[in-house]
Amino acid sequence: MSNLIILCPLLIHLLFSILLMFAWRSLKWQKSLTIIGNSFALVASIWVFIFIYENGTQTVQSGNWEAPFGITFVADMLAATLVLLTCISGFAVAIFSVVSVIKARLKFGYFSVFHFLLMGLTGAFLTGDIFNLYVWFEIIIISSFVLISLGGERNQLEGAVKYFTLNILASMIFLTALGVLYGLTGTLNMADLSQKIVLLENQALVEICAVLFLVGFGIKSAVFPLYFWLPASYHTPPSAVSAIFAGLLTKVGVYALIRVFTLIFVGDLFLETLLISIAILSIFSGGIGALIQNNIRKVFSYLIICHIGFMIGGLGLFTSVAIAGTIFYLIHDIIVKTNLFLISGLIYRLRSTSSLKKLGGLYSEYPKISLLLAIPLFSLVGIPPLSGFWPKISLLLAGFERENYWFVGAVIFGSLITLVIIAKVWSEAFWKNPQPVKKWKNFVDFCELKHIQKAQLIFPIAFLSVVSLYIGFGAEHIQQLSERIAMELMDNQQYIDAVFKTRANAR
Amino acid sequence: MEILLAIVTGILYAAGIYMMLRRSLVKLILGIILLGNGVNLLIFLLGRITKGKPPIIPEEAKVFEELYADPVPQALILTAIVISFGLQAFAIILVKRAYKVLGTDDLDQLNTTDEDS
Repeated sequence: MSNLIILCPLLIHLLFSILLMFAWRSLKWQKSLTIIGNSFALVASIWVFIFIYENGTQTVQSGNWEAPFGITFVADMLAATLVLLTCISGFAVAIFSVVSVIKARLKFGYFSVFHFLLMGLTGAFLTGDIFNLYVWFEIIIISSFVLISLGGERNQLEGAVKYFTLNILASMIFLTALGVLYGLTGTLNMADLSQKIVLLENQALVEICAVLFLVGFGIKSAVFPLYFWLPASYHTPPSAVSAIFAGLLTKVGVYALIRVFTLIFVGDLFLETLLISIAILSIFSGGIGALIQNNIRKVFSYLIICHIGFMIGGLGLFTSVAIAGTIFYLIHDIIVKTNLFLISGLIYRLRSTSSLKKLGGLYSEYPKISLLLAIPLFSLVGIPPLSGFWPKISLLLAGFERENYWFVGAVIFGSLITLVIIAKVWSEAFWKNPQPVKKWKNFVDFCELKHIQKAQLIFPIAFLSVVSLYIGFGAEHIQQLSERIAMELMDNQQYIDAVFKTRANAR
Repeated sequence: MEILLAIVTGILYAAGIYMMLRRSLVKLILGIILLGNGVNLLIFLLGRITKGKPPIIPEEAKVFEELYADPVPQALILTAIVISFGLQAFAIILVKRAYKVLGTDDLDQLNTTDEDS
């Protein structure tokens, strides 16, 4: 069974989270183990990616139960790409958290839970069973609850209560939708659902079910009317934690939306209009929300919402060009958003504040670091050769093709407002004259760190920036990859055939 | 029986959402618990209630010949109950801790994270 290797990244994260529990008392061991574990997972995910790229979609039937009865793991191109991106972000954030997260937090199993979170993410991308998707979502949210509340500071707990409530509500709505779907079709396998759902007579109930899925995943991916938990909680935990949340947790919601609306609920005009409208509203509200914030991490939190709109809108347009744009944007966004929050952590380490008013003079004091930070910031905006620019071409083309000028306008507005915001951040934090800095007690300034610690702070940002640069300059490769994924998503017969391969062979 | 269960599910959903909309932290948790139970009952109900027909094939037959109780929803509910139990345990500890640190159980007072800083 050579296709068992698709589970490798998942099992490596599980193994290391168990190993880390054995090393509970020694932080030194935990720090080395987590870096080793993440390197292994990164190598494994690259291997899986290449394997899928060459051999096409692979499936694993757990316990050898045939497709509609057992739980199926499906690694198509989309899943393999996202697993790879998860491992890249996980690797960078693990190295960053070794230095940036304080000892009092690390002592209570931070790394172990971190690996559990990554395991949940890889599982969610790989599973082909909708109830199993729910279970992976629960693994993700329960680890994220621990990470967000670890440390127990005042505003952290406040953020945790909000984050917790809305995420649990989303899970309940997801579970309700799932129950209704099972009642209608009698199956939980997504490929099987895709075949059975078109045969149903009661299409009105199917539509209600689709809207329930939209609300459940919409809360998780923070789209327009359901995003209020995000800016209220993402700036409270340590920046390493927010980085992994920003990079991956909202994107797993977007992934679930893409999967469900390309495989199960296909070609519903009402839903397409709904998706495009909430996308446009997300872009506007996120962008304008970011404009008035003063805390640099809150600015970035609102930008997450703004850019989720691009992806949801591409999904709503539902042509292969639009889906390719969505996938490209997803790839670009995971890397850049992780990097942004790592940057906010680094800026806090340099200046002991996140407020734009109190920041300043970074460029005159740390010119090299500032130039490094310029790469992800301007990639986010999408100054032409950098990575944010290319997916917007596909999105705009698709918008013109479908003659949806509202969405075209929103994409242009979103890009413009991102440019304004990043220009504001740049001029306030980097170019403004240095402001008097008030240091907290016990605050360790960047200059006082050892060389190896400085390197551990800078390396993850540099690593992710290089990945961003590759996405920008090697856009042709990424575009080909996104087009291939879009083809696979639009023609879901391939996915269904891969899942039921064993059954077809038996006949 | 179905009608009764449907009404109970509806009441649990309504009560759960209502409790979650109240201002007190404790009522928030009660709301989550009620809603969780409502969801479990819904899955149970949608798996069709069949009385006294276990899903066991008689020795001489190869396939089921008559209606049988579907075991899958029960497995789903079991998983969902275990998960929601864990989440609720966490929620209670979180709320207790939040009450101690913040000194209030009024959700309207929890607005410092939205303030400009």
